[in-house]
This record gives sequence, structure tokens and C-alpha cells, in this order.
Amino acid sequence: MKPRGRLLGFYAALVFLFLHLPLLTLAVFSFNASRFTVWQGFSLAWYRAIFHDPDLMESAANSVVIALAATLISVAAGTLCAYALWKRRSRLISAGLYLSLVTPEIVTGVSLLALFQWAFRWLGWRLGLHSVILAHVAFSLAYVVIVVAARLRTLSPTLEEAAMDLGATEWQAFREVTLPLLLPGIAAGALLVLTVSFDDYVITSMVAGVDSQTLPMVIYAMARRGASPVINAISALIVVFFGALILVSERLAHAAEKLS
Amino acid sequence: MKDIGSSAHIPGPPAPVPGPADAILVLRDVVKQYPAQRAVDGVSLSIPRGGFYSLLGPSGCGKTTTLRLVAGFEEPTSGEVLLEGARVNGRRPYERNVSTVFQNYALFPHLTVRQNVEFGLRRRRAPDAPARVARVLDLVRLAGKEERYPAQLSGGERQRVALARSLVLEPAVLLLDEPLAALDPKLRKQMRFELKEMQRRVGITFLLVTHDQEEALSMSDQVAVMNEGRIQQVGTPQEVYLRPRTPFVAGFLGAVNWIGGVGLRPEVTRISRVPANGGMRSCPAAVTDSVFLGNCVQVVARLSSGEQAVAEVPRQDGAYQSGDAVHICWDPADEMTFS
Amino acid sequence: MSRLRSWFLVPAWLWMGGLFAAPFAIVLAYSFLTRGAYGGLDLPWTLESYQRLADPLYLSILLRSFLMAAAATAICLVLAFPLALFISRSGRRRNLYLQLVILPFWSSFLVRLYAWLFLLRDTGLINTALQALHLIREPLPLLYNDGAVLLGLVYGYLPFMVLPIYATLERLDPALLEAAADLGARPFSALWRVTVPLSAPGIRAGVILVFIPCLGAYLTPDLLGGGRSVMIGNLVQNQFTTARDWPFGAAVSVALMAVVTLLVVLFLRRGEEAL
Repeated sequence: MKPRGRLLGFYAALVFLFLHLPLLTLAVFSFNASRFTVWQGFSLAWYRAIFHDPDLMESAANSVVIALAATLISVAAGTLCAYALWKRRSRLISAGLYLSLVTPEIVTGVSLLALFQWAFRWLGWRLGLHSVILAHVAFSLAYVVIVVAARLRTLSPTLEEAAMDLGATEWQAFREVTLPLLLPGIAAGALLVLTVSFDDYVITSMVAGVDSQTLPMVIYAMARRGASPVINAISALIVVFFGALILVSERLAHAAEKLS
Repeated sequence: MKDIGSSAHIPGPPAPVPGPADAILVLRDVVKQYPAQRAVDGVSLSIPRGGFYSLLGPSGCGKTTTLRLVAGFEEPTSGEVLLEGARVNGRRPYERNVSTVFQNYALFPHLTVRQNVEFGLRRRRAPDAPARVARVLDLVRLAGKEERYPAQLSGGERQRVALARSLVLEPAVLLLDEPLAALDPKLRKQMRFELKEMQRRVGITFLLVTHDQEEALSMSDQVAVMNEGRIQQVGTPQEVYLRPRTPFVAGFLGAVNWIGGVGLRPEVTRISRVPANGGMRSCPAAVTDSVFLGNCVQVVARLSSGEQAVAEVPRQDGAYQSGDAVHICWDPADEMTFS
Repeated sequence: MSRLRSWFLVPAWLWMGGLFAAPFAIVLAYSFLTRGAYGGLDLPWTLESYQRLADPLYLSILLRSFLMAAAATAICLVLAFPLALFISRSGRRRNLYLQLVILPFWSSFLVRLYAWLFLLRDTGLINTALQALHLIREPLPLLYNDGAVLLGLVYGYLPFMVLPIYATLERLDPALLEAAADLGARPFSALWRVTVPLSAPGIRAGVILVFIPCLGAYLTPDLLGGGRSVMIGNLVQNQFTTARDWPFGAAVSVALMAVVTLLVVLFLRRGEEAL
């Protein structure tokens, strides 16, 4: 390599270090035997502690339920919406989706809180898992629409024409031709919503009820109280879990792409 | 609306069908107006049953739009489309007994060859589907490749799957939208012959849209030449090539030498060192260029009137040099004149 | 065709009305109300909350947020452009490097902030290590200041800058650089005069993708600023929770949304829309 290329490579290496070193040290110290940030030997005690912490376990279960429900709703609604916009644009809905994407989380959080307080007083409901799920659908729908729309743009509109030409109704053409071809996009959208929903703290903390604490809320509270290697351990688990999920799904997508 | 092919839904008494009584597809004063342009401008056609019919014209002349109006992907702004005597305006594509072979074939990439071909039969719940699929795959020489995906086929094979997928439905009219355009030139020529042969075998009416005059001439029983949304001329390949009704048709179907207001095809334009006699007409000219084309020699000459003529002469006839004084000769019977 | 389409848009319209327009309409309405005696809402309609935005205390928070977001965006650009250039030139390893940029982004935002908390706090790894090496006696005040917040913002949003720049660089025709070299441009001048201008769409997208979330950031200043480096997001949250002044919190939200919308409209040119 030329000297200039080497300089660029060195710079890139430094930026990569900046991106990864904090998470790596965090993970390394999750195996530390000591409670303090001095290495005292290898231990899995903090990982064991996670599973003995009822708050962590309950909130993790809540987070999973919320993420799955929000993903299911967003993916269904978002796919239909992307398809409809592919057929014919709707300036109003596109503008709404864009705005929802750039709305600062805290603004989404307080406006949904205002809505729920107002609407739930009428309905006699209280904040809980349902309000969190609704809030997650509110901010994740646009992600699904964007990802699925990107996939739709790679499809030729003649495919549906061909299906109808061969006797399929609009619904059958959608169901049997477009939908199967959209699956990779839908899966990517689902993955995105799953991770974003599982991770959200700001909006969730505004609209969660006392019985619907999520994992990020508990982690936040623990981090606020002070350092604990248990947070390191659970952080490492989250990073590894989602990292693996992403890598596996990319491999699958790659394999599927090769097949067709 | 669901029962395909039923004629019970025609409003009012059946309209009289213009043209030959055995016309399977009739277009009557069909207009398609888009916001910016009029793509189809009053087209009337009568397409006989069981033949090979071509719509020929330059790109943007409205031929593909006409095809899409027949298939039901577009609705005419005014005018009527009659299929087997029944008005099909307003019927959705799946309610019309026609089928399209698309330019890029539009094969379903997630389905195998067999599933692609079965697609239309599944809608119709045809009980003899497997036999029909086998028969049509045999016809297009794809037996043995049933389980392949479109991505695993060659261009020619894909084209044949598209054909099989439509043919298996035995439509009243098979619509072909530039079906050979995506093939390489060699295969394209071979497929012309095969398509024509296939049409004869199955007896289904083929309506081909193309911008390639050789394609239209070599395959069709009848050719309709289109330009700027209108039909210019309808006739057999011989008629449209030898007796074009307008200068546009003459020029679109082949090269033309314009000499004193009449048109001459280069292959009937002769060149000689002496003036013609015995009923032939001739004109003095000077050779300006001579191009070796392999099978013949193309001689370009300038007439005293300033007009230019191209003659294709056999190789052995021709050592014409630039500057040679010659005579352009032709048989008056070969002249193309326009009123 | 339109019948199916209309049905398919029903969920989107429900979302639009129920979860997008309605909440914001309520916030908009609240911003014109008066704060009630016990933190509730009261009539009359008033512009008072908006007038309070001009208070020097709040103006300084708004200004600080702008400066922080601008600084974070500038640093991200300086870090991201060479990195994107490097990735776009690394041939078959491109995808691997790209994964390395994206992976931390997929993992939890909260976890990434906690990682810095773990490194920077008084008993954190950096201070402990420096003390163990006897380089310092008292822990350095690394956390709870503007620098820590800036670091967190850069760390959190760097991938948003790298990816769009990489996307434009990747599409860049290498022949252009060869042509520039052929015409006598030295490598750096070719970079400055050819590569940088041609990657302008990516840079523009990156700037908007980083600046907007930084401007409305809440969690980063909350965790790494510790109440000492307050930004607009914290102001909003504070008004809706501890201060219980919903009309003012709503007014700040509306103002923030107005700025964000304006920025998006200014930056997004037609034809670059994804939908």
C-alpha cells in the first residue's frame, strides 16, 4: 500500500477501536470476580446473578412480550401500507411517516403520554403493557414501511399484471406473487422493529405503568444507582444476542438471495 | 363478474361486429388519452380467428398501449373492445380470455417452471391440469426442466416458459409484447420460425406487437402498421411491403430510394453502364460510394436531379468505382406510388 | 386495483390518526393552555408558554443544544468520511468492515451509553487504571460535563454518518479519479475536488441524520451529563415530570418539532425521497 493508503488504514483502525473498545471492555469486566473495576480473576457470578434477580427476569419477559406484539402489529400494518403506497402514492401518509421518523423520541414520548392520559380517562384504562405496545407501534411503523418499500422497488410491476393476466384476482396476485417475494424485506423490517422495540427506554419510560417495567427501564434504574457488574453481564448478553441474531439473519438472507 | 368468458353481462343487445364474421377480436374507434398525450388515437381493427397478426410500429406509436387495452391493464378513454363478439370494456384482466407473453416474460421468480405454468390453471381448477402442463411443456421442449427456477434457465428457455404459461390456458387470443426483444440476435431469428410453427400447431390466434419489421413480415399472416396512435395500413406482409399506402409505411418496412416522386426498394433498383430498354425505366447517375456487404455490394449513386439512390447488386456484377457514370434502372411495376 | 389499495391503507390511516396526529394535536393544544394550580391544565388559552421560551435560562438551553448537535455532527463527519473512504476502497473486505460499523448500532443504545458510564465515572475503568499507575491521585472529572455528552452523541450516531457517505462513495466511478489523475491532479487534490463534491448527497444525508437526533437527544445528556449538561430533550422531560408544567413542556416540544421539520424540508431535496 502507498503511504497515504496506510495512513487512511491507521485512521480507520482508530475509529473502529473507538466504536468497539467500550463495548469490549464492558464485556470483559462482566467476567470479573470483583465488584470493582480491578481485575481479580474470571467469574460467571454476575451472569448467575441476572437469573436470580426477579426484577430483571420480569422486565425481560415484559420486553419480549412487548417487542413481539409491537413487531407483529407494525409488520402487518407496515407491509400493507408499503404495498398500497407502491400502487399509488399518498403524500399525506408519506409525510406522516417521515415526520414520525425524525420526531425526537422525547417528543413522541410526551405526546403519547398526553394522548393516553386523555383517552384512558375516558375509557377507564390505566397505563400498562398495552400502552407500551401501542407506543412502540407508533414509532416503529415507519421503519417497516421504509424497509418493505425498498424491497418493493426491486420488484417489477409486470409480475402482478402477469398474475392477473393468468386469472388471479388482485388479492391472489398480492398473496401468491408479491407477498412471497417481499418476505426478505418483511423479515428485515421485523428484525429492525424487534431490536428497536426491545431497546427503547425514552418513550417506554413515559408510557409504562407500574406493572409494565421493561428491561431497559430496569437497566437504566440500576445504572443510575451506581456501577454493577450485573449490568455489564446483561449488556454483554444483549449485545451478543442481537449481534448473533443479525449475523444469522444476514447469512440466511444471503443464502436466500443466492437461491433465487 | 367472476364467471370468465360468460357473455351474459353485455349491456344491451349484442353490437354488430364489423369486418369478417369470424373476427375473434375487434377494436372499434379505440382512444386512449393520457394527461400528456393521446397514445391511441381512434384505432379500429378486426383480427381474424386462428391467424398470426402483428401490430408493427416504431417505439411510442401506441402499439403496446393497444395491447394493454386488449389485455385489460388499461381501459380505453372511448371506443370498444370486443372479444369473441362480447364487449370486454371494464372487465378486469382476470375476467378476459386473453393471455399475455410479456417483453421480459414476467416469470414468477419464486416458483418453479411447473408452478409457473400451473399458475393460471390453479385459478380455473382445471381437473386435467397435470396432463395439460405436461403436454404444453412438451410442446415448448421444456420437459425435464419442470423443477428449475427461472433464474436457472437460459433466456430462450425463459421465453418458452412464458409462452407455455399462457398457451396452457388456451386463450382466445395470445398477446405477445415484443417477445423476442430480450433474446440475442441469433436466437431471435430462430425463434421467429418456432413461434410461427407453434401458432400453426396450436391454432390459437396470436397478436404480436413488435417494432422489428423483419419479425412482423416473416411471421405474420396479417400486419397492421401503426404510427402516432393510428393505424396506417393493414394487409398481408407482401401488401404492406410491396404496396405501402403511405410513405411512412414504405420507409418503416424497408429502405426506399426516392426518384422523381416514386419509391423503389434497393433490391429492385438496378445499376447498369448503359441506359435501360424494353419497358424498363432509367436515370443517369454517378457512383458516389460502393460498400462491400459480404453477400452483395451496395452501390450508392447520385442522380442528375440531386437525389440519391442505393442499389444492392450481386458481388460478381460489381466493380463500380466512385465517379463512374452509370444508369439507375427499374421495372415500372416495382414503383411505389402514393396518392 | 384501488379497492384493495384502500383496504390496505386502513391500518396506516388508523396509525396516522390515532398514534401520530392525535397525540401531536393534543400537545399542540396543551401548549396554548395555562398551567393549573396542582400541575394540571387550565384555561384560558394563552401564548405565555411560548413567550417563556425567550427567557435567558431557556434560551441558553436551546442554544447549547444547537451547539452540541452541531459539534457532534462536525466530529462525526471528520471521523466518518475517512472511514467511509477506507471501506469503499477495501475491495472484498468491504462487507466485513461495514458489518463492523453497523453491529454496535444494532446493539442497545442504552448499553452503549452505559459502556461510557462504566469507563468514565470516578470509579470507572479509566480513573481506576490511571490511579493504579499512580499517574493521578484524585479521579479526573470525566463524567457529567459537556465533553462527556458530546462523546456520547458522537459514539451513538457515528454509523448514521458513515453509512450514507459510504453509499455514495461506493457508487462513485473509479474512472473519475483516474481521469482526475490523468489530468494532472495529485491524489489529495483529486480527493478534494472530485471525491468530496461527488459524495455531497451522502454527506448531506449524514449531516441531517446525525444533527436531528442529536438536537432532540434526551438519554445521552441525561446519563452522561447528569443534570449538569442539559439539552432540549431534558427540558421537555423535566416539564412533563418533575416540574409538572405541561403547557410549557408542550410548547418546547412544538418548537423542537417545528425546527426539526424545517430542517428536514430544507435538507431533503425532491427525488431523494424513499417512499
